[in-house]
Amino acid sequence: MYDADKIIPGLIVFLIIVLFPYYYTMGRMVPAPKPIKPTKYKKCVEPLSYMRAAHMDILDAWRDEVVRHEKRVYVSSTGKEWDMSLQNECLRCHDNKAKFCDRCHNYLGVKPYCWDCHFEPNKIKELPHKMMTKETM
Amino acid sequence: MSRVIFPLIVVLVLIAIPILGVKVAGLHLLFGVVIPYVAFAIFILGFIWRVIYWAQSPVPFRIPTTAGQQRSLPWFKQSRWDNPFTTGEVIVRMALEVLCFRSLFRNKRIDFRQLPDGTPILRYSPTKWLWAFALLFHWSFLIILIRHIRLATVPIPGPIEFLDHLDAIFEIGLPQLYLTDLTILAGLLFLLCRRLFIPQLRYISLPADYFPLFLIISIVCSGMLMRYFLRTDIVGVKELVMGLVSFHPHAPVKDIGTIFFVHIFLVSCLFAYFPFSKLMHMGGVFLSPTRNLANNSRYKRHINPWNYPVKTHPYEEYEEEFREFMKQAGIPVEKE
Repeated sequence: MYDADKIIPGLIVFLIIVLFPYYYTMGRMVPAPKPIKPTKYKKCVEPLSYMRAAHMDILDAWRDEVVRHEKRVYVSSTGKEWDMSLQNECLRCHDNKAKFCDRCHNYLGVKPYCWDCHFEPNKIKELPHKMMTKETM
Repeated sequence: MSRVIFPLIVVLVLIAIPILGVKVAGLHLLFGVVIPYVAFAIFILGFIWRVIYWAQSPVPFRIPTTAGQQRSLPWFKQSRWDNPFTTGEVIVRMALEVLCFRSLFRNKRIDFRQLPDGTPILRYSPTKWLWAFALLFHWSFLIILIRHIRLATVPIPGPIEFLDHLDAIFEIGLPQLYLTDLTILAGLLFLLCRRLFIPQLRYISLPADYFPLFLIISIVCSGMLMRYFLRTDIVGVKELVMGLVSFHPHAPVKDIGTIFFVHIFLVSCLFAYFPFSKLMHMGGVFLSPTRNLANNSRYKRHINPWNYPVKTHPYEEYEEEFREFMKQAGIPVEKE
């Protein structure tokens, strides 16, 4: 082999780059996130597998329906009616953002901008009294 | 035309294999764990093998056919990045080549046309399309690869998260649209169309040119389908990937979505195919003798490594050997 003094370091750099996830993890087991599910309620708006993969579709569609068309009632695939509201409907059962939303989102590095406008359930109490209208409740 | 159809059919078959394998045969473990491991191992070992194989060839001579003035007498201005003399200058030239595709930037087209009065003229005009779209494609691909690290690390390193955020900076739709998804598609379609529609290029294009294009296009499409249209259980996907990188592999969650298996199988094919194809230009660009050697042949002697020891017989030795005979024959000698 010729130019081993350049080829070998080059290959080592290559390995350092492509094997990054392996030595970053160092064989440690990373448990999958376990979001805390609401205890009082059994059924979500749509079936669990759909909600798990596609809840962002529903939230996105709801926002557009409410903001643009002032439509506030969602009829689910089972025919049940739901209030199209993140704070009044979703968070009624999923009342802990840190233990429900954030667990998977942090695991995947997803930072949804829901909370740019909406309030976390337990933060509402910290708001000044005047802002506690029905809409923000 | 079969040079286009054949690789296309191969890619379609490659798409069909995981669909059948997972949906019909239920081979989740094979497609989720075994094949990705094997493909990645082939990639790493094949890449190293290829580079070491290349390194068996000596590069004894500097190739000074580079653009620009070489280092000469002090009153000639040396073109440092085009015709480097020191290692530092070579590094700059290599960086410009690898990061900015400088040699593609100099791409010229022979243009034969007629002036209004009918005089034919031949001119060489710069053409930047290939450079622009190649740059677009390669950088997009790199950014896409880097931001996939978010699925293989816990906790996600800050720079990766930042890049991911930057790529979706316009916050279009949910999940947010990655700009690189659009730019890589634009780049790929350009690279494909140029082979398909420019007659000279179509003439010299081989199945090995079309296959990687079709393969990468289908990888991009399956990835985009997965992110924007058919949803997958992304937490399940990351669980699977984390199992792979931590060497605690486990069977993927059942409802992870067939499209994910299509995506990972095509990526596995790309990785396994990589070391044996033209895609090795990723490693090869660093070994280009016209780029990575300093043009210093006039200052430094480069010995050919395969020179064998030449038997010499200088006049002094000759005279030593035959002095007596020479004297007898009356031939003048230097040393009495």
